[in-house]
Formats: sequence, C-alpha cells, structure tokens
Amino acid sequence: MKLDRRKFLNTLLGVGGIGGILAVFYPIISFLIPPKSAEPKVNSVKAGISAEFPTNSYKIIKFGRKPVILIKTEDNQYKALSASCTHLDCIVQYKSDTKQIWCACHNGIYDLNGRNVSGPPPRPLEEYDVKVIKEEIVITKMG
Amino acid sequence: MIGNIGNKIISWIDERYDLSPLNNMLKHKKVPVHKHSMWYYMGGVTLFLFLVQLLTGILLLLYYRPGEDNAYESVRFIVTEVRFGWLIRNVHSWSANLLVLFAFIHMFSVFFSKAYEKPRELTWITGFIILVFTLAFGFSGYLLPWNELAFFATKVGTDIVGVVPVIGEPLKIFLRGGEEVTGATLSRFFGIHVAILPAIFTVFLTLHLLFIQRQGMHEPEHFKNLPEEKKKYIPFFPDFALKDLLLWVIVFNILIFLALYFPWELGNKADAFAAAPAGIKPEWYFMFMFQSLKLLPAHILFIEGELLGVLFFGVAGFVWMLIPYIKVKRKPNWKIQPLTLIGIIIVAFIVIMTVIGYLV
Amino acid sequence: MRTRFFYLSIYFITISSLLGVVISGQKENKTIQSSKEDHCYSCHKEIDNLPKDFSENDIHRHANISCSSCHGGDPTSDDQEVAMSPSKGFVGAPKHKDIPKFCGKCHSNINIMRVFQPRIATDQVEQYYTSMHGKKLLTGDENVAECASCHSAHAIFPAKDPRSTVYALNVPGTCNKCHGNSELMKKYNLPSNQLEEYSKSVHGVALLKMKDLGAPACNDCHGNHGAMPPGITSISHVCGTCHVSNMEYFSSTRMAKAFQEQDFHGCEQCHGNHTVLKPTDEMIGVGKDSKCVDCHSSGDEGYTVAKKIYSLLTNLKNQFSLADAKYLEVKKKGMNDIEIGFLLQDAKQALIQSRTLIHTFDSTKVGAKTKDGIEISNKASLLAQKEIDEYYTRRNGFAVATLVFLLVVIALYFKIKDKKKKTEK
Repeated sequence: MKLDRRKFLNTLLGVGGIGGILAVFYPIISFLIPPKSAEPKVNSVKAGISAEFPTNSYKIIKFGRKPVILIKTEDNQYKALSASCTHLDCIVQYKSDTKQIWCACHNGIYDLNGRNVSGPPPRPLEEYDVKVIKEEIVITKMG
Repeated sequence: MIGNIGNKIISWIDERYDLSPLNNMLKHKKVPVHKHSMWYYMGGVTLFLFLVQLLTGILLLLYYRPGEDNAYESVRFIVTEVRFGWLIRNVHSWSANLLVLFAFIHMFSVFFSKAYEKPRELTWITGFIILVFTLAFGFSGYLLPWNELAFFATKVGTDIVGVVPVIGEPLKIFLRGGEEVTGATLSRFFGIHVAILPAIFTVFLTLHLLFIQRQGMHEPEHFKNLPEEKKKYIPFFPDFALKDLLLWVIVFNILIFLALYFPWELGNKADAFAAAPAGIKPEWYFMFMFQSLKLLPAHILFIEGELLGVLFFGVAGFVWMLIPYIKVKRKPNWKIQPLTLIGIIIVAFIVIMTVIGYLV
Repeated sequence: MRTRFFYLSIYFITISSLLGVVISGQKENKTIQSSKEDHCYSCHKEIDNLPKDFSENDIHRHANISCSSCHGGDPTSDDQEVAMSPSKGFVGAPKHKDIPKFCGKCHSNINIMRVFQPRIATDQVEQYYTSMHGKKLLTGDENVAECASCHSAHAIFPAKDPRSTVYALNVPGTCNKCHGNSELMKKYNLPSNQLEEYSKSVHGVALLKMKDLGAPACNDCHGNHGAMPPGITSISHVCGTCHVSNMEYFSSTRMAKAFQEQDFHGCEQCHGNHTVLKPTDEMIGVGKDSKCVDCHSSGDEGYTVAKKIYSLLTNLKNQFSLADAKYLEVKKKGMNDIEIGFLLQDAKQALIQSRTLIHTFDSTKVGAKTKDGIEISNKASLLAQKEIDEYYTRRNGFAVATLVFLLVVIALYFKIKDKKKKTEK
C-alpha cells in the first residue's frame, strides 16, 4: 500500500512535471516562431520600388494606423498626404485627369499640396515626407 | 525507468568528474526548523524570479529594437503580433516588480534575524550590491518601451541624480548620453540593461550564492540557544529543495495570472516636445525616495532641500550596507533592541512614504 | 505768414484733388490724407469725444487714412472752427441713406482701392443696391442695414480678422442684431428665429460650437452685399457649392424635374433651411420620420423604392455597428486591432457613399454600394471575432496551465509530507 502511494505520487509528479515543462515551453517555442508580418510598424514606411510605380498614378499606403496617399505626379515627383478626408474620414484618391486629390464621398477636392480647394472638406490634408532611397520609396512623418 | 536513466547518467559523470564533494555538500546541508523558517524561502523566490527575468529578457531581445523610432513600435509589435509576446512581456514586467518586492522582503528578514552578523558580513554586502543593481535594472528597463510615462519618469529620475554636488551633473549627462533624455539615452539604457548590468550582476550573485553554500544557513539566536537535541533540521536536499520548488511553481502560476489579468499598459509613445502628462510617478519601489524628496522644504539651512535628501539617502544606503560592522551596545532592559527599532522605523518610513506617494 | 501760405496751399491741393477724385476718379491716393499730424484725432481724444465704436486698430486708421478722408474738414488745424468748417469740405456724420455712397467714394473706385489691396472687389455698393437691404434703402426705409450696420463705422477690420464683425464666427451674431429683433422683423413679415434655428443645425454647431471656419455662416448661402434669400431654382446650387455629389445625383433624377414643376424647394424640401440637421436614415423609407411619404403613398413606385433603400441602408448600418462593437472589444482587450480598423474605415466609407447615393433615388445604385459595405463589415467582424476568440483561448490556456501546475503542487505537497514522516521516523 505504502509503495503504491509512493509510486502514484512519483507518477503524478512525473506527469505534472512534464505537463508543466510543456506549459512553459509551448509559449516559448511559439514566441520564437517568426510572426506573419516580420517587422514592427515604425515611423517610416517603405512603399515599393520607384521604377515600378507608374507616373501620374497613386496608391494608398498603410502607415501604422493611418492611411496615406502616395502620388507620383506627371513630372515624376512624389507626394504623400494623409488619405483621410478631413470632412468625414473617407479615403481620398488621385484624379489623373485633373491632377487633383478627390474624395468620392462628397466630391471634396484638394490640390497636390493637400490644400482643400472645393467641396465640403474644412481643412487641408496632413503632409508626409517622401524620399527615394536606392530606388525604394520611403514615407516618413513630417517633423 | 526515468529514474534509472538519471542514475546512469549521474554515475557516468561521477566516474569521470567525481561528484562526491557536491554530493557531500547536498547531503550535509541542512536547514534549521523553527517558527521563522518561512523567511528562508524569500531568497529562493528572489532567485527564481531573477531566472524568469533572465529567460524572458533574452526572449524579448529577439524582437525588441532600441532607438527612438523603433522601441515603442517594436514593443507594440511584440504585444500584438508575436505569438505569446503579450505573455512574455507582461511576465517580464510583473516578474521585475515581484523581484524587487521579494528582494526587499529577503533583505529585511535577514536584517531582523541578524543573519548579517559575523561571519556573514560579505553575504550581506554582496546582497546589498545585488539589490542596488536590481533597482538599476528596474530603472533602466522602465524606459525601454519608450512610452510617455517612462520617458518623463526617466527625466525626473536622472534630474535627481543631477543635484548631487560635483559629480551629479557629469553623472547625469553620462546617464542620459547628453544634456537631455533622447534616443541616445534609450540606446544607453538598453546597453546598460542587457549587457553591463547582467555581467556585473552575475558576478555578485555568484559570490552571494557561493558564500551561502560555504557557510550554510544562518541560525537565529533563539535557535542557537536551544539544547542540541531540541534543534530540528531538515535536509536541504531533497526536503527543502522540494518545498522551494513547490513555492516556485505557485509563484510562477501567480505570475502568469497577473500577466494575463493585469497586463501592463503600453500607453502612448514618448514625445519629447509634449507636455508632461499628469500623474508622472516613478516605479513603486522608488516612490518612497521620490515622495520624501518632494516633501522636503526648498531650503534647509542654506542647503537645497533636495540635495540634502539625495545626500541623506546616499549616506543612509552606505551605512545600511556596512551594518555588519556597526556595533550597537545591547540594552538588556530594552524590550526591543535599538537596531531592531531602527529597522522597524525604516520599514515604517518606507511604507508610509510609499502610501503617501500613491494617495497624494 | 509764410507758414500760413504753406498750409493754405496744402489745403488747396488736397481739396482740389478730393474733388477731382469724386468727379473723375483719376487722382487716386492723394485724397487719402495722412493721419500723422491729425488734429481730428488728437482733439477728439483730448475731450474724450471719439466715436463710440472707435478702435485704435481700425483698418482705415491702420492704413493711415485720416478721419477727414471720409468726413472732410481740415485735420491740420487745431482750431475747431477752421477744422470743422463746411468750407473746408466738412460733412460730419453721413445720413443713414447716404452711407453706401459715402463708403463707395473710395470702395467703388478700383484706382483708389488697388493701392491697398490689388485684387479687392469694388462692386460692393453696386451689389448692395440689388439686395433687399439696398432696394429698401432707396425707398427711404430707415431700418434696413447699410455698410456700417454690418461692418461698424469706426472698428472696421478685414473679414479674416477675428475681431471683425464680419469674421465668419461673428457673422451670425452680426446679422442677428437686426434679424433677431422680432418687433423690427414683424414689419417686414419676416421670422426672427433664424439664429436660434441655425445654431441647432449641423452648420451652426460646426461653426459656433466647434469653431470650424469651413462651415457656412449666413452669408455663404445668402450672399453678403447682395444678400437675398436664394430662389427656389437656385437652392440646389447654393447647397451644391459644397455638397457637390448630392446636387449632381439629385439634379439628374426625375424627381428634380417633378420638384420644379411642383414649385418644391429642392434640398430644402426634405432637409429644411436654417435648421438643417444631421440627416438620419429614417428620413428615407416609409416610417413616421420619412420625407418620402409626404408625397408618395403605399402602392406607387416611389414608395416601394423608398422602402427598399431604407432596408438596404439599415442592413449595412447594422452590419457596420456589429463590426464596430467587436472592434471596440478587441481594442479594449488589448488585441491587435490595426487591420480591423482599416477595414472598418472602408466600411464606413461605403456607408457614407450609400447615404449620398440616396439622392439618385435608385435602389440598384444604393444596393451595389451597400453590398460592398456589408462585405467589408463582415470581413472586419470575422477578423475581430478571431481576435476575441484568441483572447479567450488565452484564458483557457491559462486554466489548463494552472491545472497542470496544481497537479505538480499537490504531488509535491504529498511528497514533502511523506519525506517529513520519514525523517521524523
């Protein structure tokens, strides 16, 4: 009887110990596996290769929690502005024919410097810095 | 079966390296049993928490990036994107706080049981140094997430260093890596936190543990005065070790409970130009010093109050470290011995100042 | 003797040039007398007799234009008899009905005005006489507003200056000085609660409460110098200057035509005028707040379409708020919410666009947009649910781990007890 109790306790300890070790190592191993997006979002965002970005077009870049509109103008200049319309937060787009930034929700129009030109937007769009570093477009926060 | 394999491995090693000294030590090491035995476990818990810090710290290092533009984002990334990142980070933060708490408890238990007395002077001194480095760990680690609260707490903390005469200002600039708390401070604190402190810490911790193993557990006076046959001991291995392990498992479980249910907020990213948010507080273990400095009048006899306070804490800390060499006459008719009384006053002061700090 | 001659010659030159300007408008800025050695100001200040609304920072005073430039007289003389003698061209305070012409002396003359501001308009007086105010003034009405009623007489600031009575934020109050006077307005059969109504409207709240200068004040719809209520046909255009899409959609529908035939007031018909409130989805459909049922009744085509559009909108709105609630939960739980946030922004955009598309009164167009929105909302919901599930999995994981640790603790406890027994033996 006494022996059985000891054996039982040892088995319990063994099973519990292995379980405990698993409970510790499972999170650790999971932690070591690289996550989906391999890098944290930072103050600057890479927006692709300059040569692959067609002239007179735009794309929306996710800058942390904020959408940013990146425009390559006709003379191959880059412009990056907050893409949230200052009227009701819709995402703006670039009109390649009028060379203006346009919000589809209420027809708000901004110029390429983000100034609200017409329609309901009450304020200009916030500007971001764009640099091309070794062919790669990099958007950074101003200031 | 597992036991058999274990025995085989041990005998294999024993054959080559002769484990008998270690064996002897384990066999002969014993722990006294008396009404204050529970305090023997505090050091062990502190050690365990340090090991947790070591492990989680190394894990965090895989994803953490120092630097003004990266630090906050990388911690955010760890917490939200990396699997179990939230757990590792929160365990690291919680364990840090518990570590300081248990280190303090351990220290005061040693103080009140007079375990620092001859021949254990060096154990006390190394222990005190370890505590100072633990606080330095806490202070440097606090800034690493680069959030608002940490930023301003560091600003205030390093400012306090600056009031010390002569060496204060250069020391402040040395700590900050410049005139102000900037990205340079962050890089510096990172280096201190992950390389310099661990290196020094390990040396003193090893010494501390070696001293303890060499001298065995301290026996308090009332136990020493017992007749030999009434002295009760339990063997360190396996009895005491098992109890230690039991406690560690419980502490570990509490740790992950805290990490899950009371996660540490990341807050807002530090902005050097933003106004300091209301309620800037240092970590709780610095609160009593912070609060007493705040309560001091601006000038005490032509000397700046704050300076006097900082000097006082410096001297007090130094005296505290040298306690084993300070002889205080026993007062046979005193109910509480003078040193114990001083200890009680110190504990009461720390507790009261901390409470005031959080209430006011 | 010589100085008197000197002074006289200056008077002569100034007066003749003043006359010259009034007649021909040719010799511009010599009429504007410098106020440097201005006895009008110094005397009036000394005897504390400056105009009641006088401001040291008045735009005219700032531009060194002396009192005498408007009121005539001789500012160089410190003798009241001389300085304010009609022979020196002194006109005193102009009569109410003469004020537009009085100001227009300079303000209608581009040759004078361009010196101060190259692209300034000079048609204010002309416009003014087309306004109701101007027309009434010509009939001899003493109550109507003239230039000084809005701009003040001696504390005039440019419209962009926050101190100005015609600064966007101050315009509603300025108009209300007269238009809020119910006794006065009764004479003209006009209501006097416009400001009260306006303050409740989206525009009023944006301008007066949120100090958003982008929001329209009275003059943005009614015009300023040519103030008139917008005509029925022009209402859509007035609103459409800002709400472009809504106007475009609306004016190309059959409804627009029907409105015209029925003499309905365009946008105002549903949205009201001064009290334009934030529109609700209940304005469409067939419920009790519906505007559609004012004309349409059960059975006709409009009624069915209204009902359809309403159900499309509420459907999207419900899906969106469902996703939004989950998003907040994810945020609160400290889980990863960035991607969900982006999706929700897109969904919200679809909702806004669907609401704008109501003005096409075409349920298929609205339906296409709401379908987009619902898809995105559902995607966001799904993602949020995943995060929430993950959160609870954590707790389950913790429970399992705790169970395992408990097992170890119990085993250890008994083991220690056994050992203790052994040692005691």
